[in-house]
Amino acid sequence: MEIKAIGCEPLQLKRVHLKDSHTLKVYQENGGYASLKKAMNMSSDDIINEVKASALRGRGGAGFPTGMKWSFVPRDSPKQKYIVCNADESEPGTFKDRYLLELDPHALIEGMLIAAFALGSEACYIYYRGEYRYLIDIMDKAIEEAKAANLVGKNILGSDFNCEFYTHTGAGAYICGEETALLSSLEGYRGHPRMKPPFPAIEGLYACPTVVNNVETLTAIPQIIEMGGEAWHNLGTEKSGGTKLWSVSGHVKKPGVYELPMGYMDMEKFIMEDCGGIRNGHELKACIPGGSSVYAMRADQIFGKKVRMDYEGLVEAGSLVGSGGFIVMDETVDIVDSTKNLTEFYKHESCGWCTPCREGTDWLTKIFTRIADGGGRPEDAQLILDLVDNIEGKSFCALGDAAAWAIQGAVKRFPEDFKKHLLPNNGNN
Amino acid sequence: MASAVATDFTNQIVYTDEVAEFSPEIVAEMESHLTKYPAERKRSALIPLLFVIQRERGWVDNAGVNYLARFLDLEVTDVWETATFYSMFNLRKIGKYHIQVCKTLSCRIMGEPDITEHICNKLGIHVGETTEDEKFTVSRVECLGSCGTAPMMQINFDYHEDLTTEKVDKILDSLK
Ligand SMILES: Cc1cc2nc3c(=O)[nH]c(=O)nc-3n(C[C@H](O)[C@H](O)[C@H](O)COP(=O)(O)O)c2cc1C
Ligand code: SF4
Ligand code: FES
Repeated sequence: MEIKAIGCEPLQLKRVHLKDSHTLKVYQENGGYASLKKAMNMSSDDIINEVKASALRGRGGAGFPTGMKWSFVPRDSPKQKYIVCNADESEPGTFKDRYLLELDPHALIEGMLIAAFALGSEACYIYYRGEYRYLIDIMDKAIEEAKAANLVGKNILGSDFNCEFYTHTGAGAYICGEETALLSSLEGYRGHPRMKPPFPAIEGLYACPTVVNNVETLTAIPQIIEMGGEAWHNLGTEKSGGTKLWSVSGHVKKPGVYELPMGYMDMEKFIMEDCGGIRNGHELKACIPGGSSVYAMRADQIFGKKVRMDYEGLVEAGSLVGSGGFIVMDETVDIVDSTKNLTEFYKHESCGWCTPCREGTDWLTKIFTRIADGGGRPEDAQLILDLVDNIEGKSFCALGDAAAWAIQGAVKRFPEDFKKHLLPNNGNN
Repeated sequence: MASAVATDFTNQIVYTDEVAEFSPEIVAEMESHLTKYPAERKRSALIPLLFVIQRERGWVDNAGVNYLARFLDLEVTDVWETATFYSMFNLRKIGKYHIQVCKTLSCRIMGEPDITEHICNKLGIHVGETTEDEKFTVSRVECLGSCGTAPMMQINFDYHEDLTTEKVDKILDSLK
């Protein structure tokens, strides 16, 4: 598996290849915690303005502008404020956070400390998916080291800034990546999403103002403070600042975690050259660029189309950046089978709270199973699209929408695969 | 989601007032989890503590749940409510080694079906079953965040990636 930057100097991946990159010593020898010191000499407003200027958008999938999210926190509230890192990473095809957590834990601590300092928070939680157990030991050690060096805890670097860090795990539930479900889970409840508003910035963990950010979002913060928001922004495009990690899996010769500047040109080159192209003897059929929850793209939407890899570029090309979980499929993949696989995922992971998602994903799985078993009917495409229409925008949280998008893309863009599964007497009309 | 688990749950659990007992070291470990949360928010420790119960008792059982309810000043039903939601809590006895093969898209297209079949044939069981000597249980689970090194499986808490059938043989043969 490759871990490298292409088209830019590595920022997120700057230290990952160093020996003992997870230790405080190596982190500090390579500029670590200088941004914290710099930030602690800035005002809260100045820090938030730098983050705004960077045009950093949340890397968890929704792409919400981070600086704006931070500015919603009522800093004068007498309540405790919480910084929560979303390390749930369960979007199919996404595995970048894992490497940041394993190889560069201090970057996350530093990013969270800067957020805590800017927002007046004294408590940070890192919420891991339960399966990432081994990563917690690495982080707990990093926190211990930071504590011993007076970077975490009381009177940080001799100032009156206090901030404690805690790690916490879920126990197997994709929905706990949704920020309000994550907070329910962190409070010891089932991972049911909560009504928004109030947004977590106003009433989050323990009904206190809370910022929930993805790992990659938070590890970008020290870079932004170091080089300045404007300079970080300029690495990318006007509306998509900085660099982004892409988790590449599937039928390419070189899967891995790639750091690209936002606006990288172009997706064809990325797949066919940077990722080594499709495995021998095969050709590209489809690519889901942003985790399983976004529209799949056909090869002919990529080849010769100069698809720009950033938020706007991918929307123009008919998909989304999402979590950057870039799943590449060759011609051996049957889109009915791959979509059935995803309907099973969403059915399994639906938290069961609202009817459209709970019943809809169950019903979709049944329909896809019937089609995959050779019982397809000409009217199925319409049936599926109608059904999905009753989930999208009508479910309590975005998991329902995610399922809807994954399925719409497949049905609309790969009709020939559905034709192959028609019952014999319906096949040729 | 909870439904599949709930079946196992009603099949296996016998509700009694029995309360599990733990050594002072384990109690101290449980208490250390409480320090992470505000004093009036003890329930936050529930998931970490359910993992301790599962490790110590082999699964999340009635006596362990009763203990946690007492420990956290919760109703027994509060503890079950949370325990039955999460797929990593085993509400039935399972083998010493829990083999969890990732079945989601990237793993599937990179060869998961062959890996699962190979494991099941080798152990002589179906997915969801436990070997007679109670050593292995096989499950298929959703994406574990190792898609770039697919196909993969997790055995207890260890990740095994870039699997081939030969590699699976070596791994399983090394487990005592
Ligand atoms: C079903 C669902 C699953 C999600 N899973 C994750 C996840 O695993 N990791 C993550 O960072 N964000 C995930 N999100 C997005 C979060 O709700 C939230 O937007 C994010 O944590 C905010 O951080 P960011 O602004 O830094 O991206 C998920 C959202 C939904 C609806
Ligand atoms: S959309 Fe699905 S996951 Fe979200 S609340 Fe409804 S049932 Fe739960
Ligand atoms: S699809 Fe198997 S680890 Fe992600």
